[in-house]
Amino acid sequence: MLRFTSEGIYCVPGGFYIDPWKPVDMAVITHGHADHARWGMKRYLCHHYTVPILKSRISQDITVQGVDYGAPVMINRVQVSLHPAGHIIGSAQIRMEYKGRIAVVSGDYKIQDDGLSTPFEPVTCHEFVTESTFGLPIYNWLSVSEQNRQLQQWVLDNQAHNKTSVLIGYSLGKAQRIMKALEGIAPLHVHYSIGRLNQAYESVGIQLPEYQIIDLREDVKHLDKGIVILPPSLLDSNVIRKIPNMAHAICSGWMQVRGARRWRSADAGFAISDHADWQGLLDVINATGAEQVYVTHGQTAVFTRYLNETGITAAEVKTEFGDEEEMTGPDITEST
Amino acid sequence: MKAFATLINALDSTNKTNLKLEAVDRFLVEADENDKLWFLALFTGKRPRRNVNTALMRQWAIEAAQIPEWLFFESYASVGDLGETISLILPQPEHYIERSLSEWMELIVQLKDATDEEKKRFVLEAWNNLPHTERFIFNKLLGGSFRAGISAQSLINALARHYDMDTSAVAHSIMGGWKIGEVTFGELIRGAYTDTQLSKPYPFCLAYALEKEPEDLGAITDWQAEYKWDGIRGQFIKRNGEVFIWSRGEELVTGQFPEITDALMQWPGNFVIDGELLAYKDGRVLNFSELQKRINRKTLSAKMLADVPVVVFAYDLLEWNHEDLRAQGLRERRSLLEQLLTDNPVSYVQLSPIIPYESWDTLKEIRSNSRSVNSEGLMLKHKDAPYHTGRKKGDWWKWKIDPLTIDAVLIYAQKGSGRRSAYYTDYTFAVRQGDQLVTIAKAYSGLTDKEIQEVSRFVNKNALEQFGPVRTVKPELVFEIAFEGIAFSNRHKSGVALRFPRIVRWRKDKTAAEIDDIEDIKKMIR
Repeated sequence: MLRFTSEGIYCVPGGFYIDPWKPVDMAVITHGHADHARWGMKRYLCHHYTVPILKSRISQDITVQGVDYGAPVMINRVQVSLHPAGHIIGSAQIRMEYKGRIAVVSGDYKIQDDGLSTPFEPVTCHEFVTESTFGLPIYNWLSVSEQNRQLQQWVLDNQAHNKTSVLIGYSLGKAQRIMKALEGIAPLHVHYSIGRLNQAYESVGIQLPEYQIIDLREDVKHLDKGIVILPPSLLDSNVIRKIPNMAHAICSGWMQVRGARRWRSADAGFAISDHADWQGLLDVINATGAEQVYVTHGQTAVFTRYLNETGITAAEVKTEFGDEEEMTGPDITEST
Repeated sequence: MKAFATLINALDSTNKTNLKLEAVDRFLVEADENDKLWFLALFTGKRPRRNVNTALMRQWAIEAAQIPEWLFFESYASVGDLGETISLILPQPEHYIERSLSEWMELIVQLKDATDEEKKRFVLEAWNNLPHTERFIFNKLLGGSFRAGISAQSLINALARHYDMDTSAVAHSIMGGWKIGEVTFGELIRGAYTDTQLSKPYPFCLAYALEKEPEDLGAITDWQAEYKWDGIRGQFIKRNGEVFIWSRGEELVTGQFPEITDALMQWPGNFVIDGELLAYKDGRVLNFSELQKRINRKTLSAKMLADVPVVVFAYDLLEWNHEDLRAQGLRERRSLLEQLLTDNPVSYVQLSPIIPYESWDTLKEIRSNSRSVNSEGLMLKHKDAPYHTGRKKGDWWKWKIDPLTIDAVLIYAQKGSGRRSAYYTDYTFAVRQGDQLVTIAKAYSGLTDKEIQEVSRFVNKNALEQFGPVRTVKPELVFEIAFEGIAFSNRHKSGVALRFPRIVRWRKDKTAAEIDDIEDIKKMIR
């Protein structure tokens, strides 16, 4: 049912693409990250939470249809439905059913319930397309409550030392998660790029903690002992250093490894990710009951070999999906 | 072990020296005396022998994590550290054991006489009772290969600051042959087991690079010219019958140079000499790379001592019979130094020769040939200058020869280790040999983090082949490589060996067609 082409993942009987990287007529989009939702498609279909993100990131003028989780849509006799992927708000696995065969393209996903995104739901299928960003057994996340506790503790320690806490996290997904984890501890200030996405979410009725949009070019003294959330692109900029008396932490799955933490030499690193960890990937694949697994972006070779050795038929697939956390991690494939 | 884990974490997560010092300070407040002593032992190379070999640890970890061996190695390649890899792949601990650093260390030391079965039981039990960071530290403690993000010097500075002492006194206090169990931390630091005054060195006088023309320095007769020797700058102290050798890094290296120590022991009187340790054979100063073979060795074999003989080229006399001479002029100090060396003629200690010259032009000529005697250029010292503390402009100038440079193309890349394990940081470069390429040098440093990321991205996209950790890449990126010397070599395929090769800059303006040819490079050899 699926074909992997130079434009993207193609649903043959449906005549549409999933997260294509070249302009096509019909694109079903798993989620709003730039490497999955690109410009130039004649028509887009995605979860209705993702609609304002696409409009904000690509253009207000795109033709886009938003649907609910689980609501079937027929495209050329293929029944298409979206199911929660737990990656970020509005992220979806794309289920396609045609003549009794089911294929699922999961995009990016995580099992952990971050308290904001609709929690992941496994979907039984014949063919399953999985990511493998953290497909090595060294990546095992702490529970969300433990992660949140560590974040909160870190901010409290900073306050005790009269320091402003600067947290670095991807603007779509991670930033909102950090906001949620730190709600009520101190005033939340976010970079305008994060604020823009927050507004997109709020426009469809998502409740986010209270926050202020901060302009770092202006006086930053009032941030004193507060919380500032910035996107990773500012990591190497002067902006961070201009915040007086601050400690900064990077929130990214890559922070699991000491070498990566030391490389970035932030004051702290928290292994918090919107991707599934090793055990999460394996659990999901088992839950789908898929007879054929396709492994895309990340540790494709290693993960595919491991699946095959454990009796799950798997094949590597080359895609142009990247990793939105690359600024903080070792995956240096250029984002396009 | 919590206080220690906090310290290691803090040292790891910042590269600001001040924050590191703060972290050590906090540890010194929080930890008990025994833990502090172990901490000191671990960071000054006094760690116990490894009692559990790494192959066994790896095997036990693979069993406990229930993963295939190849997957362990893939994980290891990605992490770049064995103890950390093990700690990350193991299942979550089921319980927690609270033990101090010294309690753990005592248990680890006791493993010496244990059977492999007993060791395995102990290690698995520890793994199942420690959360990730402490588990990682435990693995490091077992391995005896502890390295944390703090230099010996910073550690000494932190201790000195905490106890309000001189850094050299702390360095001397903790350097001696003390053993865990025989000393207490407080007494050790305060020098109860040593007389720190006896070994106390002076701050080195340092020179600025000469950026103007020598003609601007004034009368040539005011200046003393010497070669700028490229060895290990040191202070050679003899007081009350004891000899101490300090390197410029304020490290006591007495034990590494037994022949010099023995020679100085024979000299009467008390003195402090400033000089340079150099490898020296048949009346010639050898390449620094020869000296390198000898330094930082735990044990020095008789063969090593014979293969790489070392001498001191004496520059200055800072103290004579307990009198500080530093305020006197160089002329006076030099003549006292010459007298001292004339009275004690040994081949191990020689005067750094003064270069006679009649004009700046002759001196320029001599400087341009300084590579021929394995020196880095010249030193100009004002004859009336006192021996300054640290770097002071005006009286001492270093006048180095420009490094040699070539343009070469990147052909192999390898990932770094530790902090750099995620990026390609180790490069091999080639130059042209007719219409082929031939490797010329390996270099590790000289690029910014950003450039390293950019090169890594290129390597990821343009890797042609893989040999273990090494990637061959499309010969496309051109770099300017500088080096201090060049010599014929039959150990290198290119027929030449470069000394201290390093990347000066990335020549994005050049293509691989514009790199140098090996035959032209050979002409640089004099």
